[in-house]
Amino acid sequence: MLTDRFSALRAGGRRALVCYATAGHPDPVRSIALWQGLEEAGADVLEVGVPFSDPMADGPVIQASSQAALAHGVTLDGALALVARARLGIPVVLFSYLNPLLAAGPDVLRRAADAGVHGVLVTDLPVGSDPEREAWLGDGPLAFVRLVAPTTPQERMAEIARHGRGFVYLISRLGVTGVSAQLPSDLPDTIARLRAVCALPICVGFGVSRPEQARAIGAHADGVVVGSAIVRAADASVDEAVSLARALRAGLDGADA
Amino acid sequence: MGDAEMVTQDGMDGRFGAFGGRYVPETLVPALDELERALEAALADPAFDAELSSMLTHYVGRPSALCDAPRFSAHVGAPVWLKREDLNHTGAHKINNALAQALLALRMGKRRIIAETGAGQHGVATATVCARLGLECVVYMGEEDMRRQRLNVYRMRLMGATVVPVTAGTRTLKDATTEAIRDWVTTCPTSHYIIGSVVGPAPYPRMVREFQAIIGREARTQMLERAGRLPRAVVACVGGGSNAMGIFHAFRNDAQVELVGVEAAGHGLDSGAHSASLLRGTPGVLHGSLSYLLQDASGQVHPAHSISAGLDYPGVGPEHAYLKDAGRATYVAVTDAEALEGFALLGRLEGIIPALETAHAVAWIAAQRGRWAADEPVLLCVSGRGDKDVAQVSEPGAGSA
Repeated sequence: MLTDRFSALRAGGRRALVCYATAGHPDPVRSIALWQGLEEAGADVLEVGVPFSDPMADGPVIQASSQAALAHGVTLDGALALVARARLGIPVVLFSYLNPLLAAGPDVLRRAADAGVHGVLVTDLPVGSDPEREAWLGDGPLAFVRLVAPTTPQERMAEIARHGRGFVYLISRLGVTGVSAQLPSDLPDTIARLRAVCALPICVGFGVSRPEQARAIGAHADGVVVGSAIVRAADASVDEAVSLARALRAGLDGADA
Repeated sequence: MGDAEMVTQDGMDGRFGAFGGRYVPETLVPALDELERALEAALADPAFDAELSSMLTHYVGRPSALCDAPRFSAHVGAPVWLKREDLNHTGAHKINNALAQALLALRMGKRRIIAETGAGQHGVATATVCARLGLECVVYMGEEDMRRQRLNVYRMRLMGATVVPVTAGTRTLKDATTEAIRDWVTTCPTSHYIIGSVVGPAPYPRMVREFQAIIGREARTQMLERAGRLPRAVVACVGGGSNAMGIFHAFRNDAQVELVGVEAAGHGLDSGAHSASLLRGTPGVLHGSLSYLLQDASGQVHPAHSISAGLDYPGVGPEHAYLKDAGRATYVAVTDAEALEGFALLGRLEGIIPALETAHAVAWIAAQRGRWAADEPVLLCVSGRGDKDVAQVSEPGAGSA
C-alpha cells in the first residue's frame, strides 16, 4: 500500500505529506480524531509514534507527548488498537524504538498488520546493527522503512537504500526531533547524494514545521515528514493540528509545477 | 576457559554473547565508526600508551595502593584486601576512563566533551581532565542527583564545566544519559561523549573496560606480591559496572577466582524499588545496547532506586549480562539499609569511609562470615571514597532514603 501510494503520487507529479502523531496523544479519543483529520486534510501517510519511556532521538515536544500517552496507559498494544479503530484510508507506518517492539514478542508484526499497519520504522536499529532482528522486521508483513542521516557517507546511503522498503526517511539535520527556524543549506546536496544511490522515494523529516519549508523540500524530495509541529499544534487542539496539515498540503502542492 | 570463549567475551564485534551491540539513531553510526577507528589506532600506538601511562602515574597517582584490612578481615574471618581506587585523584576509579577518553578525543580533534553523571564522580573526573587538557566540558546531571550531590556540582563548576540539570523522568542517571545522547546526536561532528561506565553502544563497553582494566592488572600483580597468591574472590559493586569490569577483567581466566558483583537492592529485591538489573531485569535495549534491564511487560523502562546515586540505573553493562549468563560471575544484591551499615563499618574498623556505591560491596562481604577459609584472601574494589556522601548520610532519616 505504501508503494502504491508513492507510485500514484509520482505518476501525478505530487509530493507526499507524511504526518507524525504519537499514539494516545493528546488522549486516546482525540488521537483517533486527529488521525482522521490529518487524512482528510491531505496527509498521504500517517506515522504513528509508539510511546516509549526513554525516547533518546526525540526533542521536548515529542518526549512530552510520549509521556502524556503513557500516562493514559497507551503502549504499543494500545497504539495498535487505536489504529484498528481509526480505519484510515491512508497507509500507516509505526514509528518505534526497538525495545517496545522486542517486548511485544515475535508475533507483533503480524498483529500490527492485522490492525491496519503497513510499515514500520525503528529509530534505534540502524542498518547492519543486528542482522537477526533486522531480518525479523524486513521479512515480516510490514514494509521496513530505513533512515539516512546527514552524517551518513554515500556508500552507506546505498546500503541503506538496498535494505529499505516503502520509502527512505532522510533526517534533514543533526539532532533530535523538533522544529527548526531554518533548514540546513546543504540539504539539497544531501538529497542529491542520496538520490544518486537510491531508487526508493525519499521523504525528508526533522525540523519541518512550515508550509514554505515543505515547499522548499518538495522541490528536491518526494515527500516531507512533519512531526513535532503537528504534535505541538495538537497540544492546543485537534483542529489546530488539522489546519496546519492543510496549510502544509497547500504549501507542498505549490511545489508541484 | 577456551580461546573461542575469550574471543566472544572480548567484544571485538561489539557483542558479548547475545548482549551489547549498537542500537542508536543512524546519525551516530558514523561517529561510532570514527571512535572505533580512533580507539584501535590509539591502542596500537606506543605514544598514546606512553602519554596515558605518564598522566596516570603523575596526575592520577597510580598505581593505586593495595591495602590490607586487619580489623575488617577479623570481622569477616578471612583476609580482605582493599584495592584503593578511592585514593586516585578526584577520589574514584572514574578518572582512569575519563582521562583516557579525553586523550582519545584530542586525537580525534574534538575539543568539546559531553558527559553524564549520577553520583557526580564521573562528572568530576571528566571536568578535571578537561580542565587539565583545556577542553570544553558539559555535564548532564539529574536534578535529584544534583540535590543529593551538591558538593560535586560545585566541584565541577569550579573547574570550569557547565553542569546542565536534567528534569525529565526520574531526574537521575538514566535521564542524564538520555539527555547526553541527545546532545551528542546534535553535536557529534565536533563533540566527544565520554560515557562513564561500561554501557552504551559499541565500542563504549569494551573501550571503558579497556581503560578500567588497569585496576585488575595492578591488583593481580599486587596480590601475588603481597598475599603470595590470587584471591579466592574478587568483589565489586555494580551499577553500570565499570569498576567491577575493570577489576574482573584481569582475573577472567583464573578459574579458581570467584567474581562477585554487588547490585543495589534499594528497599529490597521484591519491593519494586531497587537497581538490581541483573537479578531482577530482563533483556532489553536502552542507551544503545542490549543488556539486562528493569522494564515492564510493554518494554517501558522501570525507574531504578538506590540510596547511592551512582548505582541508581535501570540498565547494566552488556559484558556483565554475558558473564552472568555464562556463569563466570556471580551477582548478589544489598539493600540501602545494609549499605549504610557497610559505609559505617569500614570507617569504624579501618579508617576508610567508602563511597555509598562501594559500601554495597563492603556490606556483602561483611555478611559472608564463614564463606571463606582463614587463608582464602578476598579482594574488594574500593571504587571511591565516601566524602561526597557524608552530607547525604548525615541527614535525618537517611536510613530510609
